[in-house]
Amino acid sequence: MDEEYDVIVLGTGLTECILSGLLSVEGKKVLHMDRNDYYGGDSASLNLTQLYRQFRPDQAAPAELGRDRDYAVDLVPKFIIASGELTKILVHTDVTRYLEFKQIAGSFVYRDGKISKVPSTEMEAVKSPLMGLFEKRRAKKFFEFLQGWRDDDPATHQGLNLDNDSMKTVYEKFGLEPGTQDFIGHAMALYLDDDYITKPARPTYDRIILYTSSMARYGKSPYIYPLYGLGELPQSFARLSAIYGGTYMLDKSIDKIVTNSDGKFVGVTSGGETVKAKQVIGDPSYFSGSDDGKVRVLEEGKVVRAICLLKHPIPGTDDSDSCQIIIPQNQVNRRNDIYVAMVSSTHNVCAKDIYVAIVSTIVETDKPELEIRPGLALLGPIYDKFVSITPIYTPTSSGKEDNVFITRSYDATSHFETVVEDVQDVWKRVTGTDLVLKKREVEVQE
Amino acid sequence: MSKQYQFKLVLLGESAVGKSSLVLRFVKDQFDDYRESTIGAAFLTQTVTLDDQTTVKFEIWDTAGQERYKSLAPMYYRNANCAVVVYDITQSASLEKARTWIRELQRQADPSIVIALCGNKLDLAARRQVSQEEAKKYADEEGLMWTETSAKTGEGVTEIFTAIAQKLPLTAPSATRAVGAGRAGPGARPGVDLNKQPGTQGQPDACNC
Repeated sequence: MDEEYDVIVLGTGLTECILSGLLSVEGKKVLHMDRNDYYGGDSASLNLTQLYRQFRPDQAAPAELGRDRDYAVDLVPKFIIASGELTKILVHTDVTRYLEFKQIAGSFVYRDGKISKVPSTEMEAVKSPLMGLFEKRRAKKFFEFLQGWRDDDPATHQGLNLDNDSMKTVYEKFGLEPGTQDFIGHAMALYLDDDYITKPARPTYDRIILYTSSMARYGKSPYIYPLYGLGELPQSFARLSAIYGGTYMLDKSIDKIVTNSDGKFVGVTSGGETVKAKQVIGDPSYFSGSDDGKVRVLEEGKVVRAICLLKHPIPGTDDSDSCQIIIPQNQVNRRNDIYVAMVSSTHNVCAKDIYVAIVSTIVETDKPELEIRPGLALLGPIYDKFVSITPIYTPTSSGKEDNVFITRSYDATSHFETVVEDVQDVWKRVTGTDLVLKKREVEVQE
Repeated sequence: MSKQYQFKLVLLGESAVGKSSLVLRFVKDQFDDYRESTIGAAFLTQTVTLDDQTTVKFEIWDTAGQERYKSLAPMYYRNANCAVVVYDITQSASLEKARTWIRELQRQADPSIVIALCGNKLDLAARRQVSQEEAKKYADEEGLMWTETSAKTGEGVTEIFTAIAQKLPLTAPSATRAVGAGRAGPGARPGVDLNKQPGTQGQPDACNC
């Protein structure tokens, strides 16, 4: 280990693996390490043994759940939005060669004690049981307005200015009821709280269009999901990095981040040896306890997640083999939405006739388990449940001064768009340039 | 009607036994004495003709160096139909390493995987440390195919890949996937192809409804 690297990457979560892959493709000499003996860090998918080891160290997995190897249980529930930024990175880097994707079968929203499909077009809005007759007409006009909007054609603007007018103004213009605003803002624009309403409408417009265009792409839901679980994503980017010369070391305890007298990064000590590099990138868990007394990460909140094993599909979802259910915060008197994400053997993540649902939300009280109750209540009988409360960390500095670049924890959003934002942000901090995806020349040799 | 079957083949073995050289010989019929550790071998395929009606296309996964510090991802073994585990006949320690990889395959890969044990560097037989008897005996005990090859001269290389193609079950449902078909087995909802960008292909998106 006496070589010097351009970049040492700590942790093999998705954010770190995408960065490692892109940096190796760019010609950087990368050393990528993880303290665990498996890939994925916080975004890993675990088999049954690993799942019970993590949550119930004193209990073996019940035999009736089937074979260990049939399981890939995600620690963080997220889906890939079909027309989103992660899809672009997957396609541009060509790691789609290593992966296979399936749709998530349905997208649902909770309203007044029931769940219903999220309408995503004016046609679906007209049929949706979420709205009464008059509200449907208003919603239809609203969707037509969104679909018809052209920046360069004022005739399509109906007197609204997306960059100045708030979303509140837009809702009022179409006279939409609060319940309709709930499913548009939370189940389509995928906002976690109501802060967006008083802000300019443009980002909300962009997010609704992302939802509807993703929906239109494959038909059943706006989401796709990799077979064998989300843990396949970091693995595929790690392979990309390795193919371009990146060195991988799992199961390596990281003893110390070494800095010089100016506080600048020098290297990483592992097993008594120090490896030198110009820069280090890592997930927050590698920087929480600091050797030089410097506070590098701050907790900005907590997420509660309950991984639930079910022996039946979620009631009210037309027996969907996979789905997302969003419980908008207003519906259950909260500040943040509750999400349910469910996958099953269709996605090769568990044995046949088992369903894995994860209920999650941002923690608001000192009793997080009670906060997810409305989500758990939708699931029917729960065979087993694994609850975690995870702090969300954010770096305190850009890293430009000391060459220590820290990524963010995985947040409570239902998709990977914020993960890609973090990748773009760290890339810019590390390289000084914007991340531009070039279509890779693929070496296919027949 | 002619049929093409596609199989995933993974390479395993200690560093510097010639895994990449074997593939380079098989796929491009080339050899490079000073080949550096595997860089940039993204994706290799090669087709073997079994008879007029049947061809087998290998989708070949190289370790990309991830075996060096025991950091091969589970994804590597996933859905592998066959494996070539390589050792160097001039290094007895490399056969020990090969045994470790075979145990790993038996633990992680599909039970129906076809495994070939391959003693490479036959051109250096004068410095042989691993006898044919020892390797063959081990292969027989474990039910593996076995051969010796030289990526440098090409001896035995095409033969081992052809032998694997002949041994692969072309009828078992999990293996009889025509090219382009999903890996999820029959009856499953087809996967989605991310590379088909809407609007750029001049055709409507495949609709799953």
